[in-house]
Amino acid sequence: MSEELHRIRLSVNGVTREVELPARRLLSDALRHDLGLTGTHVGCEHGVCGACTVLVDGRPVRACLMFAVSAVDTEITTVEGLTREDGSLGPVQQAFAECHGLQCGFCTPGFLTTVTACLRENPHPSHDEAREMVAGNLCRCTGYQNIVKAVERAAELADPQHDDQHDDQHDDQQSDAPVEVQP
Amino acid sequence: MKPAPFAYHRPTTLAEALETLAGESYAKVLAGGQSLVPLLSMRIAAPHALVDINAIPGLDTIEVSEAGVRVGALVRHADLLAHPDVRRVQPLVPEALAHVAHATIRNRGTTVGSIVHADAAAEMPVVLSLLGGSVEAASTAGTRTIPAGDLFLGPLESALRPDEIATSAFFPALPAGAGVAFEEISRRQGDYALAGVAVVVHGESVRAGFVSVSDVPTVVDLTGVPDDELGEAALAHLDPAEDIHATADYRAQLVRTLVRRVVTKAREAAA
Ligand SMILES: Cc1cc2nc3c(=O)[nH]c(=O)nc-3n(C[C@H](O)[C@H](O)[C@H](O)COP(=O)(O)OP(=O)(O)OC[C@H]3O[C@@H](n4cnc5c(N)ncnc54)[C@H](O)[C@@H]3O)c2cc1C
Ligand code: FES
Ligand code: FES
Repeated sequence: MSEELHRIRLSVNGVTREVELPARRLLSDALRHDLGLTGTHVGCEHGVCGACTVLVDGRPVRACLMFAVSAVDTEITTVEGLTREDGSLGPVQQAFAECHGLQCGFCTPGFLTTVTACLRENPHPSHDEAREMVAGNLCRCTGYQNIVKAVERAAELADPQHDDQHDDQHDDQQSDAPVEVQP
Repeated sequence: MKPAPFAYHRPTTLAEALETLAGESYAKVLAGGQSLVPLLSMRIAAPHALVDINAIPGLDTIEVSEAGVRVGALVRHADLLAHPDVRRVQPLVPEALAHVAHATIRNRGTTVGSIVHADAAAEMPVVLSLLGGSVEAASTAGTRTIPAGDLFLGPLESALRPDEIATSAFFPALPAGAGVAFEEISRRQGDYALAGVAVVVHGESVRAGFVSVSDVPTVVDLTGVPDDELGEAALAHLDPAEDIHATADYRAQLVRTLVRRVVTKAREAAA
């Protein structure tokens, strides 16, 4: 039995692309296989791990819990869409790199998209709010301390008030000294 | 794991959606998909067709009046939680919603979908029951109001018929002088609760709703029960189950601890 295919347009990272796929194609698979955007990772495929998180109309959602056919009429942003126009790293990406917020990197795309959207809504999170922002994403490697630091650093980087002095202070903390663990 | 093939419908009016649903032998409504898509991916369910209601205008409204809060079928948990007036009229709704999954799931999952999914481990079915709310259901035959008391039939089984779409849910307002509180224990903030308790105190009346400790969302009247007997009185109506996360005894202990704590908090809120 041949399966009915749907010809749809998806708007991803500001580019509209036409794809033909069955209704059961998950958005995560459509991004990776049909559009070649393999930055979006797939872990559990039932909404628990967060590796597949993308932004739909600016909000983080699980790409494995949406069908591509229901994503028409939305603006999708994947991790590939978080870099600046000139190809350099966006503030959240920069902060994860600086604070060692990743090890194997499998979970990283989901953290980057989630944190990007959360900081837009709450640009100055408290430590607890920073923890809460990443609570829905699983990381098997890092123990989360550096991820939470990266959230706080990203808030600094994205803040237009932040100045070089801030940067210097921060660089001091980025030595090889053991990371400060906050309770 | 991937879903089995299905026919996909994306109606743009409620009437068209109801016609389509009535014409299919085994169709499911797709709202937020946060519970349905995992079931399809694991092939626990394999409907012939999905009727995606996301393109139907008018289902995403929240109406707040002195009578209560009416929530349309496409209102996402996150939008209900963020609504500035809901807390004033019915504070139990946002208090419980903050415990529904993680923010990312709340961005897509709908409150009405969660209610009709009728999971006894979910917060909002219990809240609707405790508050004596209701669901509006539409089919090609017309519309009807299903009181929460008649809605939850069994595990993951609601009184909604296969040809019906729930168009909204109604949470009655909190009467003056009443107090509410909600608490749950989960392994991680945002996970399904090991046990959760919602309480409404109004004058002498004390009623509690229990999450994750029975097969169906359960409300128990605890009016007149002395504080140190609240736990046992509640457990007489509950049937805590054992799973990989907690033994039945541990769940019972959570009920004893939580119910007392939440009743106290609800009394303070009422005062
Ligand atoms: C990782 C994870 C954690 C979660 N944790 C929690 C939690 O802690 N607490 C909690 O309560 N929930 C939790 N959820 C579930 C979440 O709250 C969902 O939003 C909710 O269960 C279903 O809403 P939905 O809109 O996604 O419905 P869908 O998944 O689209 O549908 C669920 C069911 O309801 C039916 N349905 C939906 N809307 C209608 C309608 N309008 N008319 C008729 N039938 C309809 C569907 O056909 C389907 O059978 C979690 C989900 C995930 C993935
Ligand atoms: S792959 Fe989507 S949440 Fe795990
Ligand atoms: S860095 Fe390896 S899973 Fe997070």
